[in-house]
Amino acid sequence: MALLETKSLTKYFGDTHAVDHVDFSVAQGELLALIGSNGAGKTTLVNLISGLLRPDSGTILFQGADVTAMSVHDRIRAGIARSFQLVTVFDQLGTLDNVGLAIFAREGKTWRLLSLANSDHAVSEEAFEMLREFGLEGKASLSAGGLAQGERKLLDVAVAYALRPKLLFLDEPTSGVSTREKAPIMDIITSIVRSGKITAVIIEHDMDVVFRYSDRIVVMHEGAILADGTPDEIRRNEQVTTTLLGTSPSQ
Amino acid sequence: MSPIPAPPKRALLSVIPIAVILFVLPLLIAPYQVTLLAYGLIFAIAALGFNLLLGYTGLLSFGHSAYFGMGAYAVAFIVKYLKITSMEVFLLGGVLASAAIAALFGFLCVRYTRIFFGILTLALSQVLWSLAFKFYWVTGGTDGLRVPTPSLLGVQNPAGEEKMTFLAHRYYYYVLVIFLVGAAVMWVIVHSPFGKALQAIRDNETRAEFVGVQVWRYRWVAFLVSGIYTGLAGALWVPLNGLTTPDILHWTFSGKIVFFTVLGGFQTFMGPVIGAVVYNYLETYAVGHTVYWQMVLGVVLVLLVLVLPAGIAGTAGRLLLKLRRAV
Repeated sequence: MALLETKSLTKYFGDTHAVDHVDFSVAQGELLALIGSNGAGKTTLVNLISGLLRPDSGTILFQGADVTAMSVHDRIRAGIARSFQLVTVFDQLGTLDNVGLAIFAREGKTWRLLSLANSDHAVSEEAFEMLREFGLEGKASLSAGGLAQGERKLLDVAVAYALRPKLLFLDEPTSGVSTREKAPIMDIITSIVRSGKITAVIIEHDMDVVFRYSDRIVVMHEGAILADGTPDEIRRNEQVTTTLLGTSPSQ
Repeated sequence: MSPIPAPPKRALLSVIPIAVILFVLPLLIAPYQVTLLAYGLIFAIAALGFNLLLGYTGLLSFGHSAYFGMGAYAVAFIVKYLKITSMEVFLLGGVLASAAIAALFGFLCVRYTRIFFGILTLALSQVLWSLAFKFYWVTGGTDGLRVPTPSLLGVQNPAGEEKMTFLAHRYYYYVLVIFLVGAAVMWVIVHSPFGKALQAIRDNETRAEFVGVQVWRYRWVAFLVSGIYTGLAGALWVPLNGLTTPDILHWTFSGKIVFFTVLGGFQTFMGPVIGAVVYNYLETYAVGHTVYWQMVLGVVLVLLVLVLPAGIAGTAGRLLLKLRRAV
């Protein structure tokens, strides 16, 4: 059974068919790349699944249960988390606090008004451990606003990862960072995702990154799914290469 | 080993000298000066509450006169209708009344942010002001309601003791203790997981939602706590002032709360406290020395925004940092 399944999921913005009757599925344990040109509907699809947007029609099944009408909060409880295309960390909070907050939220401890956050050693330890996994342990005491772009990207993913989701959506985790930084960032993210046995969907523009790191690729075009297959199959798919890469397979 | 941040020993150490000064000061200065300080501390409690919304949650309320006034009028009603003059009953009544009104107004306001939030809080507080203004047979209208000297912890004021002596000594210490406890509790709140969630909402609402923080519920609770602090201040203020009038429900009083919070610096914990105390002196002396006192305050406000946007505490902090780096 698929971990996540959408059935005829649809979202129009006026005349724009952002997501048009999409049947999309994610299998347990895979690292799936969602690609397509700008405006293909990738981010809208993720927004619908994560609950930021409400679909016009269609259903979303997560672990077999219908989550279409669920609040964002309940979807996170169910195990769906995401990062954002434009980095959205909590700038004035410390780096450690950014991850710590996600852990507090996961454990339902954010309603504690009368105990100090940093006196919860279990949470602080876990947050620090998580920063170490992401290579950010040296920045623990800095405020998140003071980090470099690549570090902020990683922190953004770390915050989502700290929720211990079953399904993690990463919206362009390497956008806005230099080409040189991309591979290290993706190495960290993919190794954490794989070792944590998390199912992940990555939206990405960089084809090198996509082909190198993903198990399966779904190609979107004008709100619909154009192709779906392994990196090899997608590479050989002529329709994809002409619409998306603008080249023929021989190139 | 991970560098777990040390417990708040340092914060505590820096507070002790200030607390000692506040305890010793009434022995050294004139009674009138002590009452001014008491006013300052009371406004500081209101400012601490107000800043939970502005500084920590990112919501600018222009209607905090509602909760201050509610606290004050609750006390006046307790005197008028129940004939009770116990300060503890005053505080309980003031807190309950302001909590009720903050719960209701907050419920309506926290779904909005920025200017919409500000205007809505202002409009709702003006409703209370007009009620206090019009229902004079209940509220005394513009004449207000008098509140006599209360008993503190069940101890009646000895007959014949001057009111000034009472206010400058026993009442000052009563206010001081409540201020210190209130500030300590607020310090814990802003450093609690809940406080971190508020700051996350301030920094990025959408992201906070996607960490699993139900934004409007947190804002509502912050609003409630904020209203309770401000109401507590209102209840403490009435016996000191001896009288409550609709003026303290008017939006211009909300403006004052905003003013001294900005004056002290809303990005620091202590800023609003410093701002409240300083503002109170500033206003008292400006009123005493010139009929153009509002112009004096206006100029201060303009200078503040142009020259010291971080407020007194924020600017002092930056200067200290520079100094340390230079040494």
